[in-house]
Amino acid sequence: MESTATLKDRDLNAGFRLRRGAGRFGVYAGLWVGIIVMIVPFFWMMSTSLKSPIEILEFPPTWIPTGHYVSAGEGTWDEVYVVSRDERAGSVTVRRVESGAESVVAEDQVKDRIRLRFGNYIEAWNQAPFARYYFNTIFVTLFVVAGVLVTSSLAAYAFARMKFRGRDNLFVVFLSMMMVPQPVYIVPSYIILVKLGWVNTYQALIIPWIAHIFSIFLLRQHFKTIPNDLYDAAIIDGCSRFAFLWRIMLPLSKAVLVAVVIFTIVGTWNSFLWPLVMTNTPDVRPLQVGLARFSQEQGTNHELMMAAAAFSIAPLIVAYFFAQKQIIQSLATSGMKS
Amino acid sequence: MTWLGNLKRKKIMDPLTAVLYLVPAGVIVVVFRMIPIGSAFILSFFDVKMGRIRGFVGLAQYARLFQDPTFWSSLGTTAYYVVGVVPLSLFLSLLAAVLLNQKIRGLGFYRTVYFLPVVTSLVAVSMVWKWIFHPRLGLLNYFLGFLGGGSLQWLEEPRGIFEMAAGAMGWSWWPAGLAGPSLALIAVIVVAIWRGIGYNIVIFLAGLQNIPDQYYEAARIDGANPRQVFWRVTWPLLSPTTFYVLLSTTIVSFQVFTQIYLMTGPPVGGPMGTTKVIVYYLFEKGFDAGGNMGYASAVALVLFLIILSLTLFQRRVVERRVYY
Repeated sequence: MESTATLKDRDLNAGFRLRRGAGRFGVYAGLWVGIIVMIVPFFWMMSTSLKSPIEILEFPPTWIPTGHYVSAGEGTWDEVYVVSRDERAGSVTVRRVESGAESVVAEDQVKDRIRLRFGNYIEAWNQAPFARYYFNTIFVTLFVVAGVLVTSSLAAYAFARMKFRGRDNLFVVFLSMMMVPQPVYIVPSYIILVKLGWVNTYQALIIPWIAHIFSIFLLRQHFKTIPNDLYDAAIIDGCSRFAFLWRIMLPLSKAVLVAVVIFTIVGTWNSFLWPLVMTNTPDVRPLQVGLARFSQEQGTNHELMMAAAAFSIAPLIVAYFFAQKQIIQSLATSGMKS
Repeated sequence: MTWLGNLKRKKIMDPLTAVLYLVPAGVIVVVFRMIPIGSAFILSFFDVKMGRIRGFVGLAQYARLFQDPTFWSSLGTTAYYVVGVVPLSLFLSLLAAVLLNQKIRGLGFYRTVYFLPVVTSLVAVSMVWKWIFHPRLGLLNYFLGFLGGGSLQWLEEPRGIFEMAAGAMGWSWWPAGLAGPSLALIAVIVVAIWRGIGYNIVIFLAGLQNIPDQYYEAARIDGANPRQVFWRVTWPLLSPTTFYVLLSTTIVSFQVFTQIYLMTGPPVGGPMGTTKVIVYYLFEKGFDAGGNMGYASAVALVLFLIILSLTLFQRRVVERRVYY
């Protein structure tokens, strides 16, 4: 009796688990290798975005953006670029950032200090209409989210609560549409938008996306869990169908609605192929397409490209750190289409 | 009496109200999903230039398509990409999920970091990785040099990796057909795995946590070692999750576009066309100047058939396996 109890205590929640010593160390070591691989690209993006164009050319690269300084006497320092190093002579050829004057100095006369050039962000921001791109993305995202909420709750309500012929067949047809990947229908969609005169308008970015089949599906599943008795009681009390949806169903579905809002925001913010095809001028072009264009135009200004990449992902990353649990959950469900 | 009558009237939903509720979503789905999907099929029988339909051509688009070597090579490149991404992504994410399931401290922290790239836009991610893969100034070649290796051309390397490996071993000849995916495509594959792994980890972790503890307990009492526990308990019970992850990763991989568009070239699909995947081929044929949308629709249909057959295949397999 006693031995069974101890065994059970020890192995409760055992799973496939390594408990002690080397195995334990291996687990953490493996996980940390993963962490480093995941983080380094982000760190490198930030680091590059704060460097000078000359520091970028330095090899080996610096992890933390560093400025080089040479004494100008009387406690003042001139910032310099390192043009070349002569290891054997222990000397460095430097060029003054301000005056452009070059001179050769001993290696120990050059002092290094962390130097973060936040000006790169302003420069990148001003080199393309990023304010406009940002506005476009926010504008489109807001309308898509609002639209998805309205159309999906209405449709889900009909599919979950109303009785009409062919309801379930219609629902299956909806679901089967969801399985078709975007590249398959993007050409005919473009032709339809041409016919509607919507190419390169906000409508092209908003209207086709305000009905989201998966959101309808999620909400319908949730609506079905709300007991019929509640519905009957409300109707007896003289509640209209719409009032029941608005006052009772939706407040009871907050968690699902939050999930829908999150994956709609992330999906719209990051969508690329559709807006790439459907827009061709900066006045409606969203951030991702603008960023892609910027990347193709800049070519070698890596510090500006990294700054632009950083400020393009910033809003979602910041939101992610505040609400990672909900965001992970929402995006994980959004993929569970089958 | 009136309230009962009222109730009856309301309970038997009249179809008219339902239509009203369905109209907003329904119109959008019909106009922007059903009609486009239906006409993708029809368009492939027409000659369509610059968004205008010019005439019926029957199966001519398909005849041209199947004779176009670029089409076949783009299919091959896509296959290389899928085969490169899927198994490795599955293996690494399952490994990470199993490690995370070891009752470790700070689970939330690890999960948050692994998932971070999933939230990041693919455009930004591609730009950052293109810079990391830079042949002269890139971080990766710096690491390679640090470890004592030579630097590689990465995204600018058109040679196949098997051919390169053969060259590295000093063989002067290697069959051209077995060159393998270009190193440039491998670089794109690495990015895809890095970007998507967090998502698969989260799904696997949920699957692992759904396995009831009694099974592990029973296995332990029977004296199973960790390896046996994994292969005899975890793996079979996890199989529905594994199939789901396998299929969703495969389907997403077939549609790769953004990384190719941002990371390769110019011209996109380079070097020497070794990263031109099927969706980029479709995009180029349909939307570049002088493109033929009927032709692009034929490409779309081929892509659709591939993905459809994979989905149906999954249904079959999952149905047979779901109650293991």
